[in-house]
Amino acid sequence: MATADEIRELMRTEGAAIAENTQGFNTGRYDSVSDLEDYEDLKRAARSIKEDAIAELPDLLDQLTETVEANGGSVYIADDAADANEYIRDVADERAADRAVKSKSMTSEEIEVNEALEADGVDVVETDLGEWVLQVADEAPSHIVAPAIHKSRESIAELFNERFDPDEPLETAEELTHFAREKLGEQIIDAEVGITGANFIAADTGTMALVTSEGNARKTVAATDTHVAVAGVEKVIPTVADLHPFIELIGRSGTGQDITSYVSLLTPPVDTPVVDFTDDETPLSEFDSDRDFHLVLIDNGRLEMRDDEQLRETLYCIRCSACSNSCANFQSVGGHAFGGETYSGGIATGWEAGIEGLDVAEEFNDLCTGCTRCVNACPVGIDIPWINTVVRDRINRDKDAPGEWLVDGLTPDEEDDGAPLQKRFFGNFETVAKLGSATAPVSNWLAETTLARQTMARVLGIDPRRDLPTFERQTLVDWAAARDSQITNPERRAVLYPDLYTNHVQVERGKAAVRVLESLGVDVVVPPAPSSGRAPLSQGMVSTATDHAERVTEILEPHIEDGRDVVVIEPSDHAMFTREYERLLDEPAFTDIAANSYEVFEYLFGLLDNGASTDSLSTVTGAEIAYHSHCQQRTLGLEAHTVAVLEACGYDVVTSDVECCGMAGSFGYKSDYYELSMDVGDRLRTQLRDDGVQDRPVVASGTSCLEQIDALLERQPRHPIELLAT
Amino acid sequence: MESKRASFEGALEALGVTVASTTESELEAAVTEAVTEPAVGVPPDEAVADEAFSLTETPVTVDPTPVALREATTGVTEAELGIGDYGSLVLSMTDQASELVSLFVERHVAILYEEDIQPDMDAAVAELDERFNETGESAIIATGPSATADMGALVKGAHGPKEVHVIIVEEEA
Repeated sequence: MATADEIRELMRTEGAAIAENTQGFNTGRYDSVSDLEDYEDLKRAARSIKEDAIAELPDLLDQLTETVEANGGSVYIADDAADANEYIRDVADERAADRAVKSKSMTSEEIEVNEALEADGVDVVETDLGEWVLQVADEAPSHIVAPAIHKSRESIAELFNERFDPDEPLETAEELTHFAREKLGEQIIDAEVGITGANFIAADTGTMALVTSEGNARKTVAATDTHVAVAGVEKVIPTVADLHPFIELIGRSGTGQDITSYVSLLTPPVDTPVVDFTDDETPLSEFDSDRDFHLVLIDNGRLEMRDDEQLRETLYCIRCSACSNSCANFQSVGGHAFGGETYSGGIATGWEAGIEGLDVAEEFNDLCTGCTRCVNACPVGIDIPWINTVVRDRINRDKDAPGEWLVDGLTPDEEDDGAPLQKRFFGNFETVAKLGSATAPVSNWLAETTLARQTMARVLGIDPRRDLPTFERQTLVDWAAARDSQITNPERRAVLYPDLYTNHVQVERGKAAVRVLESLGVDVVVPPAPSSGRAPLSQGMVSTATDHAERVTEILEPHIEDGRDVVVIEPSDHAMFTREYERLLDEPAFTDIAANSYEVFEYLFGLLDNGASTDSLSTVTGAEIAYHSHCQQRTLGLEAHTVAVLEACGYDVVTSDVECCGMAGSFGYKSDYYELSMDVGDRLRTQLRDDGVQDRPVVASGTSCLEQIDALLERQPRHPIELLAT
Repeated sequence: MESKRASFEGALEALGVTVASTTESELEAAVTEAVTEPAVGVPPDEAVADEAFSLTETPVTVDPTPVALREATTGVTEAELGIGDYGSLVLSMTDQASELVSLFVERHVAILYEEDIQPDMDAAVAELDERFNETGESAIIATGPSATADMGALVKGAHGPKEVHVIIVEEEA
């Protein structure tokens, strides 16, 4: 695990360049996909092609092998990195190659082919400018698409000037690019072997697609007589026609370009003549195109991933980097913290768990807060947070159960194969909250004592700089039980789900929700209910979360049968009911709860849309307000409902558009991540302090968003429902 | 026809690619005007048999030596297809070394027959799917000049051309 010190150091040295670049890519993605009329259809098509291809993988590999060999190339399916490298070394040896030029490929990073060839005395030159910068600097990539994203122009200039001592010091991006182009150009035309990756390979014709912008892949193939393409077995798709959605999606998803400058569709060996670049006598067309082609397909754990129900989706990944760029934590720390030996970003947990093992995945897995901002960004619809949760669970179970003595009593429903103490504390926060409310205000006073904070910091890793939630003595459920419904002839009937925080901490927003619903003619009940399981799920405690899901269903099911709608205040719990429960419950139970659950403002929007009037609500005339939606609410497409209802009630609303507030539940409480959480939060603070926003009261939908904004600003935020209650 | 050509030209303009229109009989003049010398080139397939537009009356050296290629500023090749919605050009990889000529230069001049403009990427890939299955050939979908952002700002002309110019050949009236 990256320590707080390492994270702090990376934020200091690489954070600014990473933030600027990833946010630029991410904004570009939003702009570029908004121009696509059929974006969702393209994503569905891409997903379906990958699903089928992985299902049919063994047959496709056979077909591809046959096709490539019929075309005159060779195919080698390597079990692992060593096997692949041995084959590639033999190819270089047979060609008596002094130099291999390489076009950027993550798979070749995975097998560390450079080191293998260099051990044989082959000069390996990276031709992608970003990769070359890293080769010169002797550093590892920090991003799967833009490997040197963590380096600024200034630091590259300094590196080049020191290393190459040019006549005139290099300074501008143009000068640096031109210098690299000249230097690499000479080495490319002088090389014998060209190594590339392959983004996609069509089994029907043996055509491979290479997605680049610089033209180095084209030169790497055209200027050498031996082409080695290295790719994971998962890159095979059935036909050339299947390339269509990927060509439309890959650049847009990654860097926000509609399309990269070049998509090479090569059916090797290609017809381009192999020329001697020093020849001033022979016309180009008189050289022959005698060229060897070797396709090295690497398993390295992938076929086992294919058999793994949970990791299989990882193989649909097209390495576009959308999950990295849309990730608030990645925007702050980059792939040197948020990544393993090769892969980085959200999807890296799946890759590293599959090809390297849980120990490598563990080093960065906790940097995924489960905010789901990457879910809609992924062009093949991979549920990346779910993969991260599953791997977290497996990591937990790999460990010995620690410290029973402390959490016993606090954790009656702990998992048998214990998660680490800190995870179990946060995962079983329901028990803490019950105890907190039952003993408030003593519990609140006690929790804030120096001794308690020191103990929590030492034993549980809870950062002393973070304010703790204040428990209310009277829970929402108790309050509701002590009063009668105000509705005699209801328009609709609802069960308001008393989530953990609304019930114990944010009781006021719960009361406000009841009052607002009643003023719109809704009969409301607030039964005691277990917490949704969001907290244990975040800690990778999947069986505890499943247990919660089943108990919640038992409570809500009779109400649903009775014709009540389920209204949920906390967006992360609403997301549990409509997203994650699909993984935890059987299908009929999930469908029932998902179809009948509404986020509270989504529900209000529906009521108003169906003729209810805002007259009975508290309204204003043009009052200015700033609204911060919640990650999971945005993933579900529910931000607009809150804005629309607030506007209907007379508010002038501006919304934040940073990916995340940085709190994401327990994450922001942990000492290891406190500073990262605040760094992410700083981007939201900046927006909320912008001209025209700085004087606006702030409302936010999520509990952790409210806590984070409270820590970031002087202005105390509220839940928007509190504005509407009379 | 008009709308896909209009969208193609609009997309090219957005990419910073310049466009000229001509007819087969005026092609050599258009090429002459478009190139910055020294220039090398591969004449369009359709023109090979016909001296009138085989680039012989242009400053373009057809079938140059490798050294001449490296010293050239402009490379002239045909584009097999144009793609309306993206402004992309489909470049083939021939035994005439079109790939080298379109890539190892600063300025690429692409000759495109108007009838080869496809409306969108979907249609273009469908066409390539058919061709590849018949002939086993290769192609490059090239969109604008080569570019990189790896050095801290967007720079055109990374490893490939930094300028692209398209000559659209219309049917004679």
